[in-house]
Amino acid sequence: MKFRSDVVLLEPMRLLLWAFFFTFVFFVINIGPDWMSSFPEALIFPVAEKVGSGLNWFARDAKIAGVPMQEITRSVASFFDLIIDATVVVLSKGIFTGRGLNVSQLVPPLSWMSIGGCLAIVSYRFGGRNLIVITSIAVLFLVLFGLWQNAMVTLASVLVSVLLAMAIGLALGIWSFKSQNVENVTRGVMNVMQTVPIFSYLVPTLLLFGYGPSAALVATVIYALPPMVHNTVLALKSVPTETTECGVMIGCRPRQLLWQVQLPVALGRLAVGMNQTIMMTLNMVIIASMIGAGGLGFNVLQALRKLDIGSGLEAGMGIVALAIILDRISQAAAQRAANGKHLEPGQRPLWQLLVVWLIFSSVIAFIFTPMQTWPDAWEISTASFWNAAVTWVNMNLFDILEGARNFALLEIMRPFNRFLQSAPWSLVVASVVALAFYLGGFKLAVYCALLMFFILLTGYWAPAMASVYLITISVLMAVMIGYPIGFWLSSQPQLKDTANFILDTMQTLPTLVYLLPAVMLFRIGDVSAVIAVILYALAPAVRYAMVGMSQVSPALLEAAQISGCTRWQTLKWIRFPAALPTLLIGVNQTIMMAFSMLIIAALVGTKDLGQEVLIALNRSLVGEGLVAGFCVACLALISDGLLKAAASKAEVSTIRKMNS
Amino acid sequence: MNLNLNYCASLVAASVLFTATPSYAGNVPESDDTIKIMTGDWTSIGLQGEMMQLILQTVGYNAELVVADDSGRYPGFENGDLHISMETWQTTQLQNLEKSVATGKVLDMGETGLAGVEDWWYPSYMKDRCPGLPNWEALKGCAEVFATADTAPKGRYIGGPVSWGDHDERMVAALDLPFEVIHPGTDAAMFAEMKSAYEREAPIVMWVWQPHWLTSVYDGEYVQFPKFEVDCFDDAAWGPNSADTYDCGKPYGWIKKMAWAGGEDVWPCAYEIVRNYNMDNDTLAALLKKVDLEGMSSTDVATEWLMANDDKWKEWASCAM
Repeated sequence: MKFRSDVVLLEPMRLLLWAFFFTFVFFVINIGPDWMSSFPEALIFPVAEKVGSGLNWFARDAKIAGVPMQEITRSVASFFDLIIDATVVVLSKGIFTGRGLNVSQLVPPLSWMSIGGCLAIVSYRFGGRNLIVITSIAVLFLVLFGLWQNAMVTLASVLVSVLLAMAIGLALGIWSFKSQNVENVTRGVMNVMQTVPIFSYLVPTLLLFGYGPSAALVATVIYALPPMVHNTVLALKSVPTETTECGVMIGCRPRQLLWQVQLPVALGRLAVGMNQTIMMTLNMVIIASMIGAGGLGFNVLQALRKLDIGSGLEAGMGIVALAIILDRISQAAAQRAANGKHLEPGQRPLWQLLVVWLIFSSVIAFIFTPMQTWPDAWEISTASFWNAAVTWVNMNLFDILEGARNFALLEIMRPFNRFLQSAPWSLVVASVVALAFYLGGFKLAVYCALLMFFILLTGYWAPAMASVYLITISVLMAVMIGYPIGFWLSSQPQLKDTANFILDTMQTLPTLVYLLPAVMLFRIGDVSAVIAVILYALAPAVRYAMVGMSQVSPALLEAAQISGCTRWQTLKWIRFPAALPTLLIGVNQTIMMAFSMLIIAALVGTKDLGQEVLIALNRSLVGEGLVAGFCVACLALISDGLLKAAASKAEVSTIRKMNS
Repeated sequence: MNLNLNYCASLVAASVLFTATPSYAGNVPESDDTIKIMTGDWTSIGLQGEMMQLILQTVGYNAELVVADDSGRYPGFENGDLHISMETWQTTQLQNLEKSVATGKVLDMGETGLAGVEDWWYPSYMKDRCPGLPNWEALKGCAEVFATADTAPKGRYIGGPVSWGDHDERMVAALDLPFEVIHPGTDAAMFAEMKSAYEREAPIVMWVWQPHWLTSVYDGEYVQFPKFEVDCFDDAAWGPNSADTYDCGKPYGWIKKMAWAGGEDVWPCAYEIVRNYNMDNDTLAALLKKVDLEGMSSTDVATEWLMANDDKWKEWASCAM
């Protein structure tokens, strides 16, 4: 959402408001009645119960035209199960007969050689030599480390989710592009969807769709949809008016205009949405396997349950390998389509090559079985090395780390938490509203106030403050570490590919993989949680710092050089102000990432909103989970509103400075 | 008479052999409706659920595993969304199960033969540093040994995830133990701490349950609290603290099977198989080790065991033979 300070108030009026604010602060601290510091319990409205029983009724007893709701949702679920199952049969399982102890395989699935070869052929066609190297390394990694079969189960559900999310996202995006009213609604809904933690809609999803791959599919699609919608709208808006007008003049009908002019032109921007959708879908693999989707996520969970951190890391890297294959191929395909490349003379259509390869490789795999299923004895593993490394660190560095942990916990985190917990609610609300008013004007102030009252009235104020404390500390650390790295990387163009690979890995490697070593070294509690959140939120911080710094116009830099600025002066007076709006958006993204990690952080024993959601999930409390999730969304939306307003304010002032 | 017995025995043997080929009694399955077997976030219920699923599928039923929470399962069973659970622990679920059975919608399907134990557990090396262990009163004197900077002067005790619904805080208060209860969000985090401490021989006391692989890999023992009796939870006068309840160790005892009452009419033979199922601690611990430490999937472990113990499961499933 965007707020502009278009309500221009007269200066005296502004002064008066500030005077009022400070009087209020003074009043609350010194003579304020009790209810202004701790919110009166009588006002707390038991929303969670109502929501819970409402949803339970909806799922169990509601009827649409005489057909029970649950029957409708369950048949939708079995439809998707059918699609996923069919994909799994082709990619990973083969066809079986019999049940229980009497099963036997009739037809094997496609061999790794067939699938890997197809990926390689597609890579070569779309991306040439570079891409085929990347794809082959990823495929061989999965095969050699014995992850292939489970990777294919994951690939099946990921493919279906990604395609579904892209289709729905594209449709919603086009619809929003065509109608401003629709856009307003979808933008609001998508903002909330992006910030409500996935665990909180998992229970309702399970209630409606039952346990299994289809519930995981629905949850994943909800999670991965928003970036596709946002980017479709942005992409279509970025199509130059001249192009559209040209299409109209040629005599395109609306449908032709959309599909043959606007969408192809917008493809480059659409690719950003595709990338985000793929990354977010793979993010969900672990959570999906918690509710019965199987695959690589299950490998990670299984390995970590027996504290085999090395194997967990390998399975996690398997997820990264899948992400890289899918992302790089789809990027190359989009690039190619955007450039309008077609077959070169002498090239055969892709499908012919693939069919020939499938037949050829299946025959080979049938004769030479290691090409079908890689033998266990030929697998390699580095797990024992990683396990030994963790043990070594534990034995030798624990005491140093314990010192650092105690300092951070006792001197910084606890006091800050205590301060937030004991701050009177009315003061917190007043300060945030004042800040919102300063940054974005009247509308933003009202918006923030309403969101905060939702948290107060539903009774989640204390855990919400605990979340604010965790997020603030983690984001500060992530920005303090990530921005300098990003600044440095922006001046090292030769490191760009390596940096991108590491950042992609950080974003798709399941957090649980580094959460458990963190627990071993920093114990159960807030320090481990904060470390996990920092590691996850680091990637967007580095990315935005890189982008921000490289956005400064070369002309400006040259001017600085001519006028004899030192490097530090250039950074301080030219680069930094020019990059400030992007940097603020970067902070915003970092905060959003941190919010989405709260729930994972809860696994190591925090006492915040994430924990409330986790408990609700474990106890199948539909209402509590959703309401606590909405409170997380409220916090995220407040910070989003404030930072976006700050960014546009910074932009305005930079432009003003540049003009003068 | 003698001859008669022998004759009977060989007849039974022959019929078992014959029924080994899939020619099941005509009325099984009584219904094609899927039997939903509960599984949870600990290994043993998954493994035993897998076994029951395989048996039921082999004799012709449709069966599937459904994930549910230990304490959150009851509405599911009362509504018929869940049908069979292979594990209900007396230690944590006693009151919940009794309450649910009282509604008439849930059946107590008998004991598995397994005995559940859960309580405060410490590695053996702690005995030297806190003399007097395993007696619980020793903990009062050496809380400092178990303390960390953030809990000092109190000791640090790691309990289970909040959602597992335990009463460690009440126990600590009732027994006047100078300890702070720390809750992780998942069992994996608990065992990560134990691994870290055990490698360094560092002080730790944690909630550990059995059957579980941990006690067969790490050397240690349980703190001996005043032995649990039902009165301990109900009668303040009972136990060392005459003014408070919960002044005793955690309850330990049977692990029962439970089922949705409505299913008795739908799949009577399946319910009989569940009632007949039994298991013992040592066998299960050996199987759990295969899953948790050797990395076999529970399906493979269950299949292997059932293949090797053909006679056992076919006897349980005699109504389907």
